[in-house]
Amino acid sequence: MTGTPRIWPLVLILAIFSTPLVIMYLYQIIDSVASPDPGSLIPGELDLSNWRFLWERIDSGRPTIWQVTFNTFLFASTTAFLVTLLSTTAGYALSRLNMPGRPYFLGGLIILHAFPTITLIIAIFIILQALGLFDTLLGIILVKAALELPFGVWIMKGFYDTVPWEIEMAGVQDGASRFRVWWELVMPQVKPGLAALLIISFLSGWSEFVLPLVLAPGSSTQVLSTFMNAVIQDDATADFGLFKAIGMYYSIPVIVIYLIFQKQLMNIYGGGTKG
Amino acid sequence: MELRLEKFTKAFGPVTVIQDMDLTVGSGEMMALLGPSGCGKSTTLFAICGIHKMTGGRLYFGDRDVTSVPAQQRSVGVVFQNYALYPHMTAEQNIGFPLKVMRQPKAEIAKEVQRLADLVQIGDLLDRRPAQLSGGQQQRVALARAMIRKPDVLLLDEPLANLDAKLRLEMRAEIRRIQRETGITAILVTHDQVEAMSMCDRIALMRDGKIVQLDTPERMYADPASQFVAGFLGNPPISFLPARAGEQLAIGQSQVLPRPAGLEVQGDIVLGIRPEHFGPQHGQGLHGEVIFVEPQGREELVDVQLDGGGILRAILPTGDPVKLGDRVNWGVSGGNILAFSTEGVRL
Ligand SMILES: Nc1ncnc2c1ncn2[C@@H]1O[C@H](COP(=O)(O)OP(=O)(O)OP(=O)(O)O)[C@@H](O)[C@H]1O
Ligand SMILES: [Mg+2]
Repeated sequence: MTGTPRIWPLVLILAIFSTPLVIMYLYQIIDSVASPDPGSLIPGELDLSNWRFLWERIDSGRPTIWQVTFNTFLFASTTAFLVTLLSTTAGYALSRLNMPGRPYFLGGLIILHAFPTITLIIAIFIILQALGLFDTLLGIILVKAALELPFGVWIMKGFYDTVPWEIEMAGVQDGASRFRVWWELVMPQVKPGLAALLIISFLSGWSEFVLPLVLAPGSSTQVLSTFMNAVIQDDATADFGLFKAIGMYYSIPVIVIYLIFQKQLMNIYGGGTKG
Repeated sequence: MELRLEKFTKAFGPVTVIQDMDLTVGSGEMMALLGPSGCGKSTTLFAICGIHKMTGGRLYFGDRDVTSVPAQQRSVGVVFQNYALYPHMTAEQNIGFPLKVMRQPKAEIAKEVQRLADLVQIGDLLDRRPAQLSGGQQQRVALARAMIRKPDVLLLDEPLANLDAKLRLEMRAEIRRIQRETGITAILVTHDQVEAMSMCDRIALMRDGKIVQLDTPERMYADPASQFVAGFLGNPPISFLPARAGEQLAIGQSQVLPRPAGLEVQGDIVLGIRPEHFGPQHGQGLHGEVIFVEPQGREELVDVQLDGGGILRAILPTGDPVKLGDRVNWGVSGGNILAFSTEGVRL
């Protein structure tokens, strides 16, 4: 906040580039609660009818917003929980246990993480069909968790790597079993990573679009992103005000989570990811 | 409790780090494992506490063979070089953790923690976390944690390496006091000869995975088995001087020393002369020029370039009027000359 003169040009440049974004967000909020004249930038009178999706069905063919929100929450939180649980154990194994083929495993993780998901979608579709999990929440939860895992494992391994080896040895000398050492002495040191990973994978699940769109197209498994997509594609009643209001509704949890957990999220950069 | 290593061998994959080592530490004794970096001190320590599996040989605590007992069930307290305190626990929880693992009642744990905190004198710091403690205080917490189970053996891996000079001096005395008070059998790993000599009953000097000499500090200093041992112990270090043994000991081109009694060999040898055994207080005999003077407060170190070759170091009380470039004629205490073969074996 202490503005030295040299910083001002930078601030100016940043301001110029971010103005369009700020304006976009601004109109996103304004338009969701106002009814402007068509083509005009000046907001008209207050109009809450865009938010009507909260208390009534938009049209009879769609599930209620609450059903969709519940689906989204279930999808995002279960995915996050699964990813965190598996990454916590897998990261420890990769960081500490001397197993055969460990370097290849690590290399594989990175490649998997960089791999474009979309190229796998047909194969995943066929697998889900065969398993009878097509068009179920469980199906997309499993797929999403699997795709997020490489990132999670890698992050957790980085956190485990920063825990001194001697702490574990001291625990063993103090008579504790390996499991207890992990649970009681090591886990508390990687808690920040755990929290960050939980939040990040929740947010990633919350905003996932392609997987539910392709692998769970039915209306009973709709999540907010596919719900929005359906609303805008409905060309009979292209209602931009409604669309914007739903968009607002969709992003509020994300914004709130970011505001609350900023510090925990920063940890992922502080905790470091060492090879 | 007596600790005995028999034919201990340790290999990491194809590399054998320690071969057939025998070591016995008497009950209540404090033994130093001393040696240069990489000689296998920590490896030995970790084998004793059970972190490393032994490749060969046996380990006994008293009469009990503990070679294949897992680390958790060996009664060993370890103080690691970086203390390895649990960062998320207070000092009290750290010290009490081993008892908590043993499911002792809370009241019992609290009592024991208090007893050990008093022993290592940190009674008023118990509710702090490690990050809120100084290096010396962390060290004390680590010591208390290692001792709370009343282990058979206490192992210390370079416990003083991370402390500043003054604190090191203090903790040296402190660790020794605690070891004496509790009568625990202890092994101290260090590469600092001063630490080993001042703290321990006996020293095992290691080199390349072998014990080259095992003796009390005094005897090891006065009667080293090899040139390596003589060079390793003593601060300021011993000076080595090539010589030819004939009628007398010929040093360099032009000077001679009388043959010490009992020296049998003829031909090329190496003499070891400690700084305190060379100087004006030992009479005259060797001519040379002062090439270096290093004041050390109470004493000063003086290097003398001998006429005809060779450098000897002397240690003199401060105030001796010796200046750089002075010509001197100083003597050597004949009975204290150490002689080695050119391969470094004591003669
Ligand atoms: N896990 C390991 N794998 C392979 N070699 C090892 C391993 N641990 C130690 N060594 C080797 O064993 C030798 C002895 O190591 P050790 O740690 O016991 O040395 P040290 O005497 O404790 O030295 P320092 O004073 O530097 O701690 C070294 O040459 C080291 O490279
Ligand atoms: Mg070591």
